[in-house]
Amino acid sequence: MIVNGIERPEASDPRRLLSDYLRHDLGLTGTHVGCEHGVCGCCTILFDGRPVRSCLLLAVQARGHELATVEGLAQPEAPMHPVQQAFKECHGLQCGFCTPGFLMATVAFLREFPDPSDAEIADAIAGNLCRCTGYANIRRSVRRAAELSRQA
Amino acid sequence: MKPPVFEYHAPASVGEAISLLGSLAEAKVLAGGQSLVPLLNFRLARPAHLVDINRLAELTKIYERDGGVAVGAVVRQAEAEVDPLLRERCPLLPLALRLVAHPVIRNRGTVCGSLAHADPASELCAALLVLDGRVTARSQRGERVIAAVDFFRGTMDSVLEPDELLTEAWFPTTAGPVAIAEEARRHGDFALAGAARAGDRLALFGVATRPLLADPADPTRGLEPSSEPECSPDFRLHLVKVLVERVMQA
Repeated sequence: MIVNGIERPEASDPRRLLSDYLRHDLGLTGTHVGCEHGVCGCCTILFDGRPVRSCLLLAVQARGHELATVEGLAQPEAPMHPVQQAFKECHGLQCGFCTPGFLMATVAFLREFPDPSDAEIADAIAGNLCRCTGYANIRRSVRRAAELSRQA
Repeated sequence: MKPPVFEYHAPASVGEAISLLGSLAEAKVLAGGQSLVPLLNFRLARPAHLVDINRLAELTKIYERDGGVAVGAVVRQAEAEVDPLLRERCPLLPLALRLVAHPVIRNRGTVCGSLAHADPASELCAALLVLDGRVTARSQRGERVIAAVDFFRGTMDSVLEPDELLTEAWFPTTAGPVAIAEEARRHGDFALAGAARAGDRLALFGVATRPLLADPADPTRGLEPSSEPECSPDFRLHLVKVLVERVMQA
């Protein structure tokens, strides 16, 4: 499997959830684990370019697939990804626990909807829970991310 | 929360998958995993074997068949939602899919997986029933076609045998108005009650242990919905009346 452009070894234990494989075996702790039953959205990653819950996949199922996690959005010291930049500018986070999931869901969403309506934004992030912000700033961040992505 | 111990199998063909299901005791089919993996994580399901059908390319197709549209067992809900053939021939299915959980879940969840899971609040099970669709099940004993009306038995229970693989679902081409409406406490939650309409046929979901066909003129007749802290039986019956009115006006 390829994770953020790097070839990685297959998981050996079939019980290993993909979320745990990323965090414990690869040390990619940017993917957060909240509910472990697909409700909170914190563990959202891109699986062959499409956002999925990594807690609802077995690591062995990723064999031969291409994954992207929040670590792959921008290199350290390099400029932030437009979606990260937008969340920073619009205060789209407080504690940050849910943020990797929102970022990955937003990255995939804006590829499909470069100029989204408010209703489309609300639908796109409905599967991600945030207990801090009340969502207003997150919706603003997604709108701003769309602007920044169009300029980029 | 970690899944219990199981043996993992990733067959390369349908033949291999059904031979595994025929020979292994306590095996479960893993398709999209959006219901099964939570059950494993909570250890509410403890199968000895998982037969992962995600690599079966022969089950990834949506195609015309017998005057309707067949949907293979590994077709993702998100694919079916935007499929031009389904939109043209079976417009109720894309409408129903938009109500299934959240877009990210639909990227992985499958149409046939929802049918096999047979959740009483499932929009897709109600859609199969109201459209008078059917499913195909294969095992080493052969292939059988099961009509929707005979398929659902009770809460998360269908007539599928443990050695059978649901290989595809079939939806007839529909003429006339279709609509689906539901009420859930939050966007994407399981419905407290729902109604699906195809022409003059009506199905209800979330109000009994399985989807039910109902009379549009008297949709609550014979219904005895369960009582839950968030939804009394009377409120459910009220929802049914309001939702049926909405879909019948469409």
